[in-house]
Amino acid sequence: MQKTYYDPADLKKFSKISDWNEELGEKFFDYYGKVFEAGALTEREKSLIALAVSHTVQCPYCIDAYTGDALQRGITKEEMMEALHVSAAIRGGASLVHGVQMMNKVNKLEM
Amino acid sequence: MKLWNIFKVTITLSFTRTHMTQQSLHKRNNKLAQSQQQLDYLSNGIFKNGELPTFKTKLSETGIAPLTANTLEILQINVGYMCNQVCEHCHVDAGPDRKEIMTRETMQQCLEVIKTTKAHTLDLTGGAPEMNPNFRWFVEEASKAGIKDFIVRSNLTIIRANKKHHDLPEFFKKHNIHVVSSMPHWTQGKTDKQRGKGVFSQSIQALKDLNAVGYGMPGSHLKLDLVYNPSGAFLPGNQVAMEKDFKHALLDDFGIQFHQLFAITNLPVSRFLDYLIASENYEDYMYALVDAYNPQAAASVMCINTLSISWDGFLYDCDFNQMLELPVNSNVKHISEYNEDLLNGRAIVTSQHCYGCTAGAGSSCQGSVA
Repeated sequence: MQKTYYDPADLKKFSKISDWNEELGEKFFDYYGKVFEAGALTEREKSLIALAVSHTVQCPYCIDAYTGDALQRGITKEEMMEALHVSAAIRGGASLVHGVQMMNKVNKLEM
Repeated sequence: MKLWNIFKVTITLSFTRTHMTQQSLHKRNNKLAQSQQQLDYLSNGIFKNGELPTFKTKLSETGIAPLTANTLEILQINVGYMCNQVCEHCHVDAGPDRKEIMTRETMQQCLEVIKTTKAHTLDLTGGAPEMNPNFRWFVEEASKAGIKDFIVRSNLTIIRANKKHHDLPEFFKKHNIHVVSSMPHWTQGKTDKQRGKGVFSQSIQALKDLNAVGYGMPGSHLKLDLVYNPSGAFLPGNQVAMEKDFKHALLDDFGIQFHQLFAITNLPVSRFLDYLIASENYEDYMYALVDAYNPQAAASVMCINTLSISWDGFLYDCDFNQMLELPVNSNVKHISEYNEDLLNGRAIVTSQHCYGCTAGAGSSCQGSVA
């Protein structure tokens, strides 16, 4: 039995997802490819967003892929780390902002 | 120990790889200084056990005929391996400790060829070509032949390294030299890590000096192009996008202008191969190169229109083959017996390092090819 849930070599097999459902698989990869094309945002900006989100969803495949992608685009580690702090701030903020709910509840229940 | 303290120790240990190259592999007696050792490495392991196809197999699998040389267009002369820098990725293994310098006699033989060649481009490289004591004489003589495009690959810092080189921009201008210079990034951190401490600020000053005499300015006939190659085990990004980023950053931050950016892939040769192996990136890097193999790039690799001449006058299909000591597959082996007609049509000598020129948009001394 495989000893770990994640294998870096699996990233290369991503496109095989289409083998078991060609129609939906192809639709997904077409969409994916289109999303990352330059539009109102540059490819570089999209790469940084992808890197930050990869950490939010804690996807090792995505972190592997978009760290490499960022380096290829000449994105600096300072830019990469700042992008990550944006995702960390939102993630932390998302927990903390619920504190208002907690405070509301306490204020309602306490005499 | 608290969890965070354990983290801190681990982080410190793993992020303190601050090794900086000071000497060439030759000087350090590193086994990879021997070209045969490099060739063996490139043919064994993942290529021997069939995990990855050899370059030759890949060509035939993708319907590309074995590479042969067409009409010569670019004559590239390596005037010596001595350099003022010791870049971590250097495929020449160049440095101040290298003593291989082209003699005036060999230059004389090159000049005879330059006068008669049908090539439209003459490309001087090194090392730092300017460190050859006969460099200026050679450029003056060679420029008389009236070759259309006369390139000198200058590492920029040489212009600032010593007072006697300060007038190089004027010298280049006088002989209408096309200057091609390395600049791995528009930030200091990435540049200095690859090329050595202080390289960035000296390069910036040298670029300003070149701009000041007209090099790289919009519409100027004095061509100044930059070479970008990745500072690590990854492939270069899109050349057009990188050029845009470089131009934007260099103009905004330093008021510097240049013409084109050439994105060049690092080939697994010499110090870059040593780095790949030492950092345990070799297999992943070769996978990345093979995955990115592009038949269109393979059909337009530079070796089919280029000839590389070494400091001692021997002929090679490219500068990489020169470093791997893979001579041309021809009866003509040396500049003294040069015959363009005999060299045209020769079979190109290849090994697995050639995947570096066929990955993605392809890579050549003139940047992307596909």
